[in-house]
Amino acid sequence: MMIDWFTVGAQALNFIVLVWLMRRFLYGPILRAVEARDERVASVLADATAKQLEARQARDQFEQRDEQLERDRERLLREAKEAAATEGQRLLVAAREAAQIARRRHEESLREAAESLQDTLEERAQAEVFAIARQTLSDLAGASLEERMTEEFKRRLRELDGPARAELEAALTSASGPALVRTAFDLPEAQKAAIEDALKESFSSDAAVEFETTPDVICGIELTCCGLKVAWSIAEYLRALTEGVRELVAEHPHPESEVDAEASVDPTTVGLPDPKEAAAPHGA
Amino acid sequence: MDLSPDQIVYWRVGFASLNATILFTWALMLLLTMGAWLITRRLSSELKPSRWQGLLELVVLGIVEQIKAVGLGQAERFLGFLGTLFLFIAAASLGTLVPGFQPPTGSLSTTVALALCVFVAVPFFGIQEQGLGAYIRSYAQPTFLMLPFNVISEVSRTLALAVRLFGNMMSGAMIVGVLVSITPFLFPIVMTMLGLLTGIVQAYIFAILAAVYIAAATRSQQSGSDDPLEPQPVS
Repeated sequence: MMIDWFTVGAQALNFIVLVWLMRRFLYGPILRAVEARDERVASVLADATAKQLEARQARDQFEQRDEQLERDRERLLREAKEAAATEGQRLLVAAREAAQIARRRHEESLREAAESLQDTLEERAQAEVFAIARQTLSDLAGASLEERMTEEFKRRLRELDGPARAELEAALTSASGPALVRTAFDLPEAQKAAIEDALKESFSSDAAVEFETTPDVICGIELTCCGLKVAWSIAEYLRALTEGVRELVAEHPHPESEVDAEASVDPTTVGLPDPKEAAAPHGA
Repeated sequence: MDLSPDQIVYWRVGFASLNATILFTWALMLLLTMGAWLITRRLSSELKPSRWQGLLELVVLGIVEQIKAVGLGQAERFLGFLGTLFLFIAAASLGTLVPGFQPPTGSLSTTVALALCVFVAVPFFGIQEQGLGAYIRSYAQPTFLMLPFNVISEVSRTLALAVRLFGNMMSGAMIVGVLVSITPFLFPIVMTMLGLLTGIVQAYIFAILAAVYIAAATRSQQSGSDDPLEPQPVS
């Protein structure tokens, strides 16, 4: 084998030059680029790790916030339910109060209606009794109502006895003024004379008698002297009728039934008081 | 037929001569340098490098990994020498694909020059790593009686490096030349492909042996011989 030592030297030199050239143009740049890429990858990985950490923290925060929101929602719902229950209870109480007020007003209106009905009943009964009495007296005696009332009044005067008669007689005797006879209508002169005669006859008194017409008596004759009074009047019967109706209403507390009961009262069926009681003198 | 490109002389002045070995070496140097410069002048540190940059990174990092696998810790320190050895020999082998190309490694002068470079580099790195005295003492290990054998081993393995590479490269070129003259079509192609394979393998073997020698020189003092993974010198 032939070895050209000049070539050997030249090749060794060439190789050394090539080593330098490769270090200069190949290994150095490549290794630097790889190192830069490694750093970049490390940076990117660190950044990704940081972002992952941030994402995890954000997720944890979100979960905590979600749990907080859930707790708030449940709390608000619970509070809303409690508030609704309280409000419902309050509304129920208010509704009950309103219902009680309405019921009281209704009862008031029913009571007023009952009273109104009672007033109407009184008026009707008064009119009916007056008409019945007039018709009855007319049918039975053929005399006028005024005559019958005068006769009845005279009869009462005559039938007075006991302390009542004594008191009236004393009053008529000692009276300084005339005795007052009040009627609901103008008495004929004959009637007036009959009444004066009856007073003189019954009480032996010469007391003057003054006649007065007033609608308060309604239908009747009333003698007043020194605070004592002898009367016969349909108003007494009406008062008795009113008492009877009031007792009937009191026995039926339900408004509707009371109204029904009152509405169905037949004046003719209501028990009238004893005429003697109605004609009894009333102390002043 | 020329056995060596040294015999193809283009220009001679006295002792000096410009033969095919030197000329094609220059061509390879120019090709490698220009290729490296063209590719590395626009290197990017992006996560996705260009195709050529990726190829060069693959080669360079592959060489670095192989150096580390041999046991040399600071691979970048030896990358210039060992990597250039591999690239030069591999490029010379791949150059045989070009018609008329004379691989410089087919010259015994070139392989001797490369072996001499290794021969110098081994003590250079050894002394740099261990110091002159420790390196010289390593030749008398484990006993002083081993000194001549170690010296003979050092010389003989250098010679073996040179002859092994020259023989493989020259034989490949010779076989192709012979087959071309006998069967011009099929066998030369097959043998050329085989020559490519053997050329790359020889480049790998040469570089790895050089790395092993350097590793043995730099690590003999450090860990002794009780490390089973320590690469042993191959002669």
